[in-house]
Amino acid sequence: MSTNGSAVVQLVDVHKAYGSGQNLVHAVRGVSLTIQCGEFVALMGSSGSGKSTLMNILGALDRPTSGSYLLDGNDVSNLSRDQLADIRNSKLGFVFQSFNLLPRTSARENVELPLLYGKRQLPNHELNERANKVLSAVGLQGREDHHPSQLSGGQQQRVAIARALINDPEVLLADEPTGNLDSRTSIEIMGIFQELNDRGITIVMVTHEPDIAQFARRNVVMRDGVMQSDRAVEQRLFASQELAKAKTIEEVAVVGG
Amino acid sequence: MRLQSTLKIAFRALRRNKLRSALTALGIIIGVAAVIAMVGIGSGAKAQVEAQIASLGQNVILVFSGSMTSSGIRTGWGGAGTLKVEDAEAIRREVPGVNAVSEEVRSNSQIAAGNQNWFTQVLGESPDYFDIRQWPLAEGAPFTDQDVRSANKVCVIGRTTATQIFGNSDPIGQILRIKNVPFTVTGVLTSKGLSAQGPDQDDVVIMPYTSAMKRVAGGTTLRNINVQVADPQDLAPAQQQIIGLLRQRHNIREGRDDDFTVRNQEEIAQTATATADVMAGLLFAIAVVSLVVGGIGIMNIMLVSVTERTREIGTRMAVGAHSKDILTQFLIEAVSLSSIGGIIGILLGIGASKLLAILKSWPSLISPASIVVAFLVSSAVGVFFGFYPARQASRLDPIDALRYE
Repeated sequence: MSTNGSAVVQLVDVHKAYGSGQNLVHAVRGVSLTIQCGEFVALMGSSGSGKSTLMNILGALDRPTSGSYLLDGNDVSNLSRDQLADIRNSKLGFVFQSFNLLPRTSARENVELPLLYGKRQLPNHELNERANKVLSAVGLQGREDHHPSQLSGGQQQRVAIARALINDPEVLLADEPTGNLDSRTSIEIMGIFQELNDRGITIVMVTHEPDIAQFARRNVVMRDGVMQSDRAVEQRLFASQELAKAKTIEEVAVVGG
Repeated sequence: MRLQSTLKIAFRALRRNKLRSALTALGIIIGVAAVIAMVGIGSGAKAQVEAQIASLGQNVILVFSGSMTSSGIRTGWGGAGTLKVEDAEAIRREVPGVNAVSEEVRSNSQIAAGNQNWFTQVLGESPDYFDIRQWPLAEGAPFTDQDVRSANKVCVIGRTTATQIFGNSDPIGQILRIKNVPFTVTGVLTSKGLSAQGPDQDDVVIMPYTSAMKRVAGGTTLRNINVQVADPQDLAPAQQQIIGLLRQRHNIREGRDDDFTVRNQEEIAQTATATADVMAGLLFAIAVVSLVVGGIGIMNIMLVSVTERTREIGTRMAVGAHSKDILTQFLIEAVSLSSIGGIIGILLGIGASKLLAILKSWPSLISPASIVVAFLVSSAVGVFFGFYPARQASRLDPIDALRYE
């Protein structure tokens, strides 16, 4: 079950400018982008290309100066601050480069965070139940009570992914999710993304690493505020295969050494 | 609505920073403990003064003889001897509402019994005196109106005098020599302790005023007249009537000063408690200052906390927190710190004042009102000093907050 054809994200001629007068900076100059349900998109580009600004708009953290943004068929480009917060809570999941977990707080409580800001009040046992479920979905069963400082970088990012998934979002947005991780752990995280994507979750990921982008299904490259290229990934990498390869190389190294 | 979640969020945040939370609360703890202890001690002192004033008797009017000026030397109250026994009788007879009158003569004298002697105050009174002062006898019986009429050589003695002269033996029926006149002790008074001004009230000999005039003090005038009215509402009218009556009896013309002074117990109490009030006010001011300092401590920590937790605030906003949720969270954190600090401070303050009461025998009186006020004020300090940092937090832009290093 991959793409089912309905557009979950629709950007139409989106512009974003900061500042005013002589200091006016056009970060995004007319981007139109449609992402179907079940896609896995890597958003690429050098720094200053406008990809972060675009990501903020996609994440309903920022409003476009002009143009429209339809999320799941609803125009969210002119909503108030609080309405955007509700959209982020119910329809979007965020994964950040530096994990952004609450320190000195257990993995479970970190994952419960979006539920506390949700429309519905859940009793403690239901909060714990749902948190445990998503934590085991990212392979962290048994570590629910660990604090971030007791977890490796990869494990912390898994907690962050679990947090992003707890409200069953329409789109999972990841901003440089592997930026702070070593290459092996990065592949593991990509493995989780591919697994989630295979289960039908739409993923948009910002990355500047071309080999990480190869794990996605579609690559969009930004340059100077416009889309430079938008193409399907031809030689897609699969995390399971890459990990097996890496393992073989390690074994050879051990035998050879 | 979302309050329950926000409470949960705020308490989780406080729990994460136990040491900092404790230190922040400490400012309020000390402030509130100071308020409770200071107010307790202040009102304890005031209550003690009031109790001493009350020990003068209820609804009492004191009429003092005027002072006398002779060759430029003025005597104190009672010195002029303007009050006569007949004045007291006129008050007893003519002023409505009066239920007890005691003519008072005062002198100091060496007294002796067996081989012991002692210098003490000798009061001449009427039998009403013991009712007016609410001063019952511990043993024996008071002297009677008959003793007053006959100027009998009888007296009752205070506890201190009894101990000094008779030691452990029973004073009732013993002979006490005052200025070489033998008096029979008919009773011993219960102990009344120190007066508001300091002297030991139990160091006294009380006898019929007629006996005192004739055999001890000499003279025929009264130092003062103790008057008691039955109903506190009669106090002011009775006072006016006494003044009118005495002016008439003493033939004082319109526009001339009284040759006597009338004071009621209220006035005496007011003077005495005024000092205690000033003291309590001063202590309270110090305590308020320490509460404000505690509040500034909370504000300081909350501001630092908002800066330090900018990324956390960004994350919360990214996953759906409204500005109001962030505002409420930080306000609840501040108010929790201050009100938990308040509760601990109240307990500490009660403990401290109890300890002072035991160690230094300072009386302390902790009213439920002061506890409630201290708690409400400490919570209010949290709201007041927590609001600004909380608003700063709620106004952060989520994008900037997420990227904050």
